[in-house]
Amino acid sequence: MSGLRILVGCKRVIDYAVKIRVKPDKTGVVTDGVKHSMNPFDEIAVEEAVRMKEKKIVSEIVAVSCGPTQCQEVLRTALAMGADRAIHVEVDAATYENLQPLHVAKIIAKIAQEEKVDIVVTGKQAIDDDANQTGQMVAALLNWPQATFASKIEKTDGELKVEREIDGGLETIKVKLPAVFTSDLRLNEPRYATLPNIMKAKKKPLVKKTPTDFGVDVTARQTILKVEEPAVRQAGSKLASAEELVTKLREAGLIPS
Amino acid sequence: ATNKLQSRIFKEGLPYILRCRRSFATDVPKITTHYTIHPRDKDSRWKDVNMERFGDDVDVVIVGGGPSGLSAAIKLKQLANAQEKELRVCVLEKASELGGHTLSGACLEPRALNELFPNWKDMGAPVKQEVTSEQFYFLTKSLRIPVPLLPGMPIKNHGNYIIRTGNFVRWLGEQAESLGVELYPGYAASEVLYHKDGSVKGVATNDVGIAKDGSPKETFQRGMEFSAKVTMFAEGCHGHLSKTLFQKFDLRKNCQTQTYGIGLKELWEVDPALHVPGRVEHTVGWPLSKDVYGGSFIYHLAEDAPLVSVGFVVGLDYRNPYLNPFQELQVFKTHPAIVKLFKNGKRIAYGARALNEGGFQSIPKLTFPGGCLIGCSPGFLNVPKVKGIHNAMKSGMVAAEAVFETLTDEDKVSKSETAGLDPVSYEEKIRDSWVWSELKSVRNVRPSFHNPIGMYGGLAYTGVVYYLLRGREPITLSHGAPDYARLKPATECKPIKYPKPDGVVTFDLLSSVALTGTNHDHDEPPHLTLRDDSVPMARNFAVFDGPEQRFCPAGVYEYVETEDGRGHRFQINAQNCIHCKTCDIKDPSQNINWVCPQGGGGPAYNGM
Repeated sequence: MSGLRILVGCKRVIDYAVKIRVKPDKTGVVTDGVKHSMNPFDEIAVEEAVRMKEKKIVSEIVAVSCGPTQCQEVLRTALAMGADRAIHVEVDAATYENLQPLHVAKIIAKIAQEEKVDIVVTGKQAIDDDANQTGQMVAALLNWPQATFASKIEKTDGELKVEREIDGGLETIKVKLPAVFTSDLRLNEPRYATLPNIMKAKKKPLVKKTPTDFGVDVTARQTILKVEEPAVRQAGSKLASAEELVTKLREAGLIPS
Repeated sequence: ATNKLQSRIFKEGLPYILRCRRSFATDVPKITTHYTIHPRDKDSRWKDVNMERFGDDVDVVIVGGGPSGLSAAIKLKQLANAQEKELRVCVLEKASELGGHTLSGACLEPRALNELFPNWKDMGAPVKQEVTSEQFYFLTKSLRIPVPLLPGMPIKNHGNYIIRTGNFVRWLGEQAESLGVELYPGYAASEVLYHKDGSVKGVATNDVGIAKDGSPKETFQRGMEFSAKVTMFAEGCHGHLSKTLFQKFDLRKNCQTQTYGIGLKELWEVDPALHVPGRVEHTVGWPLSKDVYGGSFIYHLAEDAPLVSVGFVVGLDYRNPYLNPFQELQVFKTHPAIVKLFKNGKRIAYGARALNEGGFQSIPKLTFPGGCLIGCSPGFLNVPKVKGIHNAMKSGMVAAEAVFETLTDEDKVSKSETAGLDPVSYEEKIRDSWVWSELKSVRNVRPSFHNPIGMYGGLAYTGVVYYLLRGREPITLSHGAPDYARLKPATECKPIKYPKPDGVVTFDLLSSVALTGTNHDHDEPPHLTLRDDSVPMARNFAVFDGPEQRFCPAGVYEYVETEDGRGHRFQINAQNCIHCKTCDIKDPSQNINWVCPQGGGGPAYNGM
């Protein structure tokens, strides 16, 4: 069944190798001038979409990202990897600080309906908030089946056979299309966005929209009270024998003397 | 003379021979897998791989998106737009974002910026903190003695601005883009391309998807070729492609060897009560001995937080292989007059980069068929002023004028002997500019430190001869031996014991490296290539006790004990590299050849 259309969600996050710093006023983390890149799990999602297109399972890939202007960098990378079109849903920096998975899920669900896509795919979670909610919420809003933590996807007739990574090991399920899936680490190794493709991507359509275009209200539903660094881990001490351990535990009042 | 030779044979040769015997006995493990050392056309794993490259034709390609590269790009477009000429200018930058690999003090002399953008103040340039006060100190272990700055001394900073160079570079990039320059951060130029006539044709960007062992991965893709009429190399100090050009076109035939320093820098948020926005402080003396060139800087700038930029420069002509430049910076911060600034502060950034100290005597031939060198790649840093950005920018601008002339002069183009054009007028233009006269006047300051009383002699020369003659003295002092040849064998030197970090004012190397945000693909060949894998153990470790372990500011090099406990082996932690180039400069065996890793890797400096 050719001609399937796929929508990929991509998030711009602080690069995983950068050391995070809390702002002096404790309202959040420093993002100004800090190196950002596409969420690694979203890269895997884009790669899977491109592979499906190369296998002719999918005929068109639309990439979407919600956030301030710089999100366009992430969309250009997706286009360079093989996406056909991109939609940037612009949210100003202040509102973005309080943008929640539910807001993003509503936007993606609306786009999925408008674009009449058959598959929605995102990374399983973003490395900044580790929420692991957006994909699942999109499925619920659309009332579509979901296959999360996918580590292998095969297409069989009108269905997807998905191998999922779960606590106990691997679970294989079948989901009818249209469906939502979220990508896990072992799904694939993303290709590099090479320079010729980056240059070609500049010519691919990138449309700018706002949440109101999709009828989604992104007013903050929560207030961030405080952001703090985790407490500095106290150094441990090496003990010479079991007897010493017992003495120390007694001194600390952790075992009865 | 024979005595000296005998002594050298004994001190260097004997340990070398002894180690050789041991290293032949225990196999030298393969360390280097990079294709520049093990060519792919002879590698069976690459037999069936398609090595074709996509190519693009542009007018000018600029390697390096720093102050000189961007100034050249901007100037080219300004000239082209003024004459309504089409000009395709591309800038390649190995950092994933402009400013990501930029590190400098810095006190900017706005001279070049005033010429490039006369109304830069209205354009939102991040050049706001004027220098308000300054002092030069001589340090002893317990004292900080102010040294009066006489008018005309090169280190005076009146009229200059304290900037965060990374932010300045980012702003220059925005201006370049709005003028129509094509910027490609995240892509490293890794190979110079040549026409059949030997002139430079352009550059190719790095391949991606090569595994750590040098074999092709599933994701392997070739880089891209940029063919240009003129290629401008703006790689900064000791650029890896520029290094090959010096050899290819013999550009250093009529100049002295380049000499270098390593600059290490930290950014701190300090107690507002101790913060003096616009304050500039430089020191010499402690903790360095009189035989080691170097000193510190402390610059206060007001941003969203009270920031202080603190740094330490050590001349790479030092002789004791036990010297550790990173540790010298840490020790410097503990000086009784200085430590209080950091006691209640918070360190928010760290980084390091090699810098040029050769000055006037080391300026090479700047042009060749198909291209030219600008900025710190040839080297225009004014050492006593501790400034290079203004000269780098001006060299880029002047070269751009020459390149534009060459490109648009149909007569020159048709008469060119080579397919790649040679922008020869750049040499004349830079000699007519203030860069030349400035560097000529201070040419003897740095080499004056090579005397029996080291630093004291140098300071005396600067304070007397320079002060009186401003470079008009008829002699030109020489730098002498290159930096890599300066190390004495470890047996002739005393190990230096550095104190343990306290985690408040001083820190350990690895947590510092973590602050740089540096990272490289874990599965790519180490870009710190060795011409001969056996040399580190056989010579560097045997004779000099492995100085790489101490001069690398990122902990890339280690001599670890072998599993059987009977010896050591050389280990390269390439992922830590912060692209400072010190190892390529200071390796006494000149065995380490730094090549560019995959684009996008390296430090993630933020306004350094």
